[in-house]
Amino acid sequence: MEPLLKLQDYTIRFATPDGDVHAVTGLDLDLAPGEKLAIVGESGSGKSQCWMGVMGLLARNARVSGRAMFGDRNLLGLTQRQLDAVRGAEICMVFQDPMTALNPVLRISRQLTETLEVHRGAGRREAEKQAIAMLERVGIPDAPRRFRQYPHEMSGGMRQRVVIAMALLTKPRLLIADEPTTALDVTIQAQILDLFQDLVTETGTSLVMISHDLGAVAGIADRVAVMYAGRIVEDSPVDDLYERPAHPYARALLQSIPRVDRATADIRPIDGRPPSLADLPRGCSFAPRCGYRTDACDAAVPPLADIEPGRIAACFHPVHRHTAADSKGSRT
Amino acid sequence: MILYSARRAALMDDAARAAPKGRSLAADARRRLMQNKAAVFSLFLLGLVIILALAGPWFISHDYETPDWGALRSMPSFGNGHYFGTDQNGRDMLARTLYGTRVSLLVALIATLVSVCIGVLYGAVAGYVGGRVDQAMMRLVDIMYALPYILFVILLMVIFGRNVFLLFAAIGAIEWLTMARIVRGQTIALKEREFVEAARASGQTTFGIILRHIIPNLTGPVVIYAALTVPEIIVTESFLSYLGFGVQEPLTSLGTLISEGADVMEVMPWLLGFPALFLVSLLLSLMFIGDGLRDAFDPKDR
Amino acid sequence: MTAPLLQVENLLTRFEIALGMFRKPVGLNAVNDVSLTVAEGETLGIVGESGCGKSTLGRSILRLIEPTSGTVLWQGKPLTDLTPEELRMQRRDMQIIFQDPIASLDPRMTVGQIIGEPLAIFETALSRAERNERVVETMDAVGLAPEMINRFPHEFSGGQAQRIGIARAIVTRPKLVVCDEPVSALDVSIQAQIVNLLRKLREEFGLTFLFISHDLSVVRLISDRILVLYLGRIVEIGSKDAVFDHPAHPYTQALLAAAPVPDPKLARSRKHVALKGDPPSPLNPPPGCVFSNRCPKVRDACRTAQPELRAARTGQQAACILIEE
Repeated sequence: MEPLLKLQDYTIRFATPDGDVHAVTGLDLDLAPGEKLAIVGESGSGKSQCWMGVMGLLARNARVSGRAMFGDRNLLGLTQRQLDAVRGAEICMVFQDPMTALNPVLRISRQLTETLEVHRGAGRREAEKQAIAMLERVGIPDAPRRFRQYPHEMSGGMRQRVVIAMALLTKPRLLIADEPTTALDVTIQAQILDLFQDLVTETGTSLVMISHDLGAVAGIADRVAVMYAGRIVEDSPVDDLYERPAHPYARALLQSIPRVDRATADIRPIDGRPPSLADLPRGCSFAPRCGYRTDACDAAVPPLADIEPGRIAACFHPVHRHTAADSKGSRT
Repeated sequence: MILYSARRAALMDDAARAAPKGRSLAADARRRLMQNKAAVFSLFLLGLVIILALAGPWFISHDYETPDWGALRSMPSFGNGHYFGTDQNGRDMLARTLYGTRVSLLVALIATLVSVCIGVLYGAVAGYVGGRVDQAMMRLVDIMYALPYILFVILLMVIFGRNVFLLFAAIGAIEWLTMARIVRGQTIALKEREFVEAARASGQTTFGIILRHIIPNLTGPVVIYAALTVPEIIVTESFLSYLGFGVQEPLTSLGTLISEGADVMEVMPWLLGFPALFLVSLLLSLMFIGDGLRDAFDPKDR
Repeated sequence: MTAPLLQVENLLTRFEIALGMFRKPVGLNAVNDVSLTVAEGETLGIVGESGCGKSTLGRSILRLIEPTSGTVLWQGKPLTDLTPEELRMQRRDMQIIFQDPIASLDPRMTVGQIIGEPLAIFETALSRAERNERVVETMDAVGLAPEMINRFPHEFSGGQAQRIGIARAIVTRPKLVVCDEPVSALDVSIQAQIVNLLRKLREEFGLTFLFISHDLSVVRLISDRILVLYLGRIVEIGSKDAVFDHPAHPYTQALLAAAPVPDPKLARSRKHVALKGDPPSPLNPPPGCVFSNRCPKVRDACRTAQPELRAARTGQQAACILIEE
């Protein structure tokens, strides 16, 4: 099947007075229509910048290269006007903080119908009808009344529902959600994740969910791409990644998170910290923290390679065949 | 055991002494200021004006009060040694301008210091203690603001006679009001920061917190505002001198010189031009330095 | 029997919220009738969602926020009766670690000055060199290289800054440390480093922790006992295993069911939607049980009075009338 979005050698650099910061380096990624992809990484891994770049929302000192093919259009080569026609209509984004996505001085009604009127040329009456229906769909009780309210009259969870409704109103082909539940409480987070799951399955929209939390995306993603220091280090189907991670970083990350459903007090932190994006090592970025490091790791960046059908990882010594027992974890 | 710990102490002391210096916020700000061309040029110009005002009079053959009877109302000329010309009484304008600059700078410096000292302490205490104390202290500031200060200065002058030090005090006593308000606002914001709560949790006293945590963190806004206060005070002094309440003859200030020069600018433009040139370059360079400091301390606000 | 290290009885912290110039301020009980005891060397985990009053509880116990009523007994002596000066001297024994590691460090002070500040206050007999030695020792204990001593907070990453905050908290060898979401602002892999560091320090210095967090998995890792807070009230308190393996209160059950687990098969099969709606505003709590308007097992009796804590069969206490006496 033809991919919906194809990133090729996609690179983002920020020019700063202290030198270039390599936010994203040589990314290759395909997204199939209807697929639910999770992008997981720690802060500074480039996971958010990558998608801000696709949306054309980067800071002014950013230099983007490579290609981001959306159908037959390269998103990186579009003019501002062409991009405006895609953004908000075919690709929509949901951010971490719902308050930044909503205009505090406008009623919900106005903000919801505006996108429909602009992108779909709907009439006022028609737009309102659709908007209220969508609010009901995202689980807002008493939708016709809420429709007339201002954002500050709603709770955080409610606002995030409104933002999701706004993003889905134009029936986009791709929905990008950047840490959509991080600012929310556990019980609300579970509700919103369920909502995403249902809506995306129902509408056939492709979903990219960006998160730092391997727990939050486990139930929703088909595939998970793990990012480290601006590169994808592993891209695997969700079950494989959690059961038999191939990249030592993915494995170490899974071993470093405590589990609420287990009494074990054993977690293994990853020693050290990620490299500075202004000064990346010559070889594998994870090598300095890796228990499987050899000289080859310091000499060159390992390329993303097939390790099993449908799985790729950027490592000279993939660990997916190791059992939990012979784990070296991270270097101590 | 004792030996061991003593050796270890020595080792650790060495380690600490050899520890590299960190980059403080002030050092960062200095670096950013040095990258600002307008501010660096202004600093240079200001330095030049100050050196001229301080050292200049030593090198010129005329002083500021002795008339040169052979050169009354002389145009600027290299021939008779009056490079800036002379005034109606034959006094050398170069000497008078340099002395005027000295006096203006002195007024500005003292008045700014007075306003910083009173304003920072007053504002920090009001802001940190808060509640009723804050209310009372700030109402006092409001009342003083409401007094028409020109009238206030004139009254002082009428009662106590003209006196340079009274002038310093009067201007300083007005300027600290704004400083106190700025500092109070900043302090209220700082008080909510976690590191202040951390200091409280560490058992620091209220006075210790104000002294060690609040005031050092006010450096940015205070330095910026002080740099912008200096030109304001020079202008105020000039204005008061223009009205005739400034320094007394034969001592002079830039404001006095300008006010005298303005009366005769059609016939003797050099009496206005040179002091005005000094005043303008002083004011402009101080303004640019103030702006540069603001950018340097708050890079986000640009 | 010696008195427990910390004993809190009927603590209530009330905030007055001004609604505008012409309206009467409204009272909000951020901490409502909380009683607990903490034994020396024990770690009590305090969990709850945002706005449940868990941070206010920690600060009220330390009197960083003045509680409105109730008593805090510190080694059997009432802390709530101390004068500000007596309280200040007591602070060497009770410290706090904050959520935002960078914001809790004074940007104008060096690491050495920050860690040395409590020493300068409480151990005035120390010479400058001795104080420096203690600072370097403590830096070593929290995993900071001694050559960082002259650096400033903004030169550090979040994880390292949190180590500085921890060093400041333990430099006076306190007995109790309140950890207020100490790892929430950190990256996953760094969180594990800090949790392990806290566990190591607890062993080494015999510390007692009040560990406040919204993250149930982290709390499970480090705590001996768990306290679940909802709208300022204790809904469940008991040993870690009892609370996690056999939660007695419907709210605790819902929290545990909603907590994410890094296991796709389990995550897909779990039913999340046990709990509907948002927590009510603390300004306007529901009548009766605070949880009654969201509780899946609510009865009519729940809407009349707040239930007392009662013992569940599995050993913990929970404030729910459904628990059989």
